Amino acid sequence: MQIRTVSLMLVCVSLLCAGSYAHADEASKLKGLEIATERKSRDMGWGDSSAEATMILRNASGQEASRELRMQSFEMLEDGDKALTIFDSPKDVAGTAFLSFSHAREPDEQWIYLPAIKRVKRIATKNKSGPFVGSEFAFEDMTSFEVEKYDYDLIREDTFDGEAVWVIEQTPKDDFSGYSKTLVWVDKSEYRARQIEYFDRKGAPLKILVLEDFRLYKDKYWRPHSSEMINLQTGKSTRLITNKLEFDTGVKESDFDKSKLRRAR
Amino acid sequence: MTKASLDVRANIALAMGAIAGAFSLSASADVTFSGEFGVQQRYYLQDALYPTQPRAQGSLFLQPSLYTEWNEGYDSLVFTPFVRLDQEDSERSHADIRELLWLHAADNWELRVGIGKVFWGQTESLHLVDIINQTDAVESVDGEDKLGQPMVSYTWLHEYGSLSAYVLPYFRERTFSGLEGRLRPPVPVNTDKPLFESDDEESNVDFALRWQQSINSWEVGVSFFHGTNREPELIGTLNEMGEQELLPFYRQINQVGIDVLNVSGDWLWKFEAIYRAAETDNAISPAMGVPLTPESEAIDYFAAVGGFEYTLVGFMETTYDLGILMEYQYDERDNNFFAPAQNDLMLGVRWALNDQDSTEVLVALIQDLDDTNSRGGFIEASSRMTQNWRWTLEGYFFAAEDPLKPLYFVRQDDHIQFGVEYFF
Repeated sequence: MQIRTVSLMLVCVSLLCAGSYAHADEASKLKGLEIATERKSRDMGWGDSSAEATMILRNASGQEASRELRMQSFEMLEDGDKALTIFDSPKDVAGTAFLSFSHAREPDEQWIYLPAIKRVKRIATKNKSGPFVGSEFAFEDMTSFEVEKYDYDLIREDTFDGEAVWVIEQTPKDDFSGYSKTLVWVDKSEYRARQIEYFDRKGAPLKILVLEDFRLYKDKYWRPHSSEMINLQTGKSTRLITNKLEFDTGVKESDFDKSKLRRAR
Repeated sequence: MTKASLDVRANIALAMGAIAGAFSLSASADVTFSGEFGVQQRYYLQDALYPTQPRAQGSLFLQPSLYTEWNEGYDSLVFTPFVRLDQEDSERSHADIRELLWLHAADNWELRVGIGKVFWGQTESLHLVDIINQTDAVESVDGEDKLGQPMVSYTWLHEYGSLSAYVLPYFRERTFSGLEGRLRPPVPVNTDKPLFESDDEESNVDFALRWQQSINSWEVGVSFFHGTNREPELIGTLNEMGEQELLPFYRQINQVGIDVLNVSGDWLWKFEAIYRAAETDNAISPAMGVPLTPESEAIDYFAAVGGFEYTLVGFMETTYDLGILMEYQYDERDNNFFAPAQNDLMLGVRWALNDQDSTEVLVALIQDLDDTNSRGGFIEASSRMTQNWRWTLEGYFFAAEDPLKPLYFVRQDDHIQFGVEYFF
């Protein structure tokens, strides 16, 4: 995102949007936006990445099921990122591919490729709040963080896992989001999201995501290699483990094309 | 033993050989081996209409797949044979090569050579535009199983969409239930004596073109096909023994098609339409040894299907998705065996539990708007039992009282089918 747009937004927050948040303090909202903007800017320029991951789904009685997947991501500087996810297991869905174009202001675009019938299907926009392959992650949890997607408010300063953090409240601007708000624990040292608590549309706590095992790539970009999403209402959880992560793999933006889903393997 | 059953056995033996070869090949390093097999049991809810038909029908299938790639993945080869063995119907016991396809992918173009499968279209209840592959009609009532199609296809990927050209050098005949099978007209279709309008018969070279593009919330496709109609006309005649038989007649046609999808919030709007025109208005030529059909069928016609899918995500504060589907089907032809959708409405509900086992249920009713007594319905459900096993349940229901309605022939063929499938 351009610096110009950010400063425009800062003006917007301070001048126009203030009235709609009676409980939030003007300064705390500005600070929240500043932190979010810095968080995003520290994570810009990574280019493209390719990951192999395992998702472990656990239900309330402790039964586990796993999914093996590969994810390719391509950073879009002016917009949300593009991502391609291909499943290797369970075997009955092997070869199923998701292509998503995440957008900051417009609805995301998503397609699914079903290899058995060779069919590419567009997915309805609202599906973003639905579970991703039966996991506790929603589609929207899998898309890239963009500053323009939320309104911000700094709630408090705290410590998390022994580190100083800010706790930021993020209110989604998208009506199709499944959340009324999220709370994000951002560490002060590296501006990494360490924990995210999600609230359902009625405002009740719904899920909590803990991000761990951060590793540094290209001397600049921190990536969690383990994250666990716990559903506070059902007791189910999903752990996402990154087994392998590479940057600068040589993929091009044009590779993220729904016409090319048929060749995804 | 008849010629047909010999053919089937030869085909199946060939496929078994190919599968055995595939197994040994997959032992070498860079070949990925995967696939599925399954066992299914069908039970028909009513007595058979015709004396040779069974009440229950068991079957099994095997579909392994071999895949290898080279040249950093820009070249790949996939081989997917398929075999079905049916306990009752020798016509349903069959083998096919679903895919034997070399793909060369470049940045902005793709070339495919071999036997492949292509899907075109957007709607759920009918696939009008989809014409490249022949329907493997003995596999399932829904017509979604297809035979492998020999092809050379070139796709050009451009920011203004993808443009694909197809040369289809060999025609695949539709499969039909045999004498011991259900879901057929009173007289089985004799697939050993197909009739072709083209002098080149199944070697007639067909051509197709398709352009497809996503424009924001729209998906648009326009297609053209020139060649042998995948859907035969059924010609009633007498065989050498003086018995009635039905012969499939494959006409030369031109077809233009359009398919459109719009996504708007939780609504998906879908539409497909085709205009299909016969190359000539020939009925059957007497040279084929078959008398001319008395009534001339509508051979140039328009057909369309359109509707919506509305998804309630997190239905009733659960993690379930509930999709409501409604599609209107129109076909200019009246009372054609292959066109029950001449003025019909499909109403369906898709229920996805979003659980670990990916449990899904789809229930639909298709009502003929001209005749309240003519309707069809189906249920499809499946769920994973373990990482590799899945169960499936399908049920199809037909009702028709008017002998002129296409569903009249299968009015007693309501059935449920339970199956288990193993994926490897």
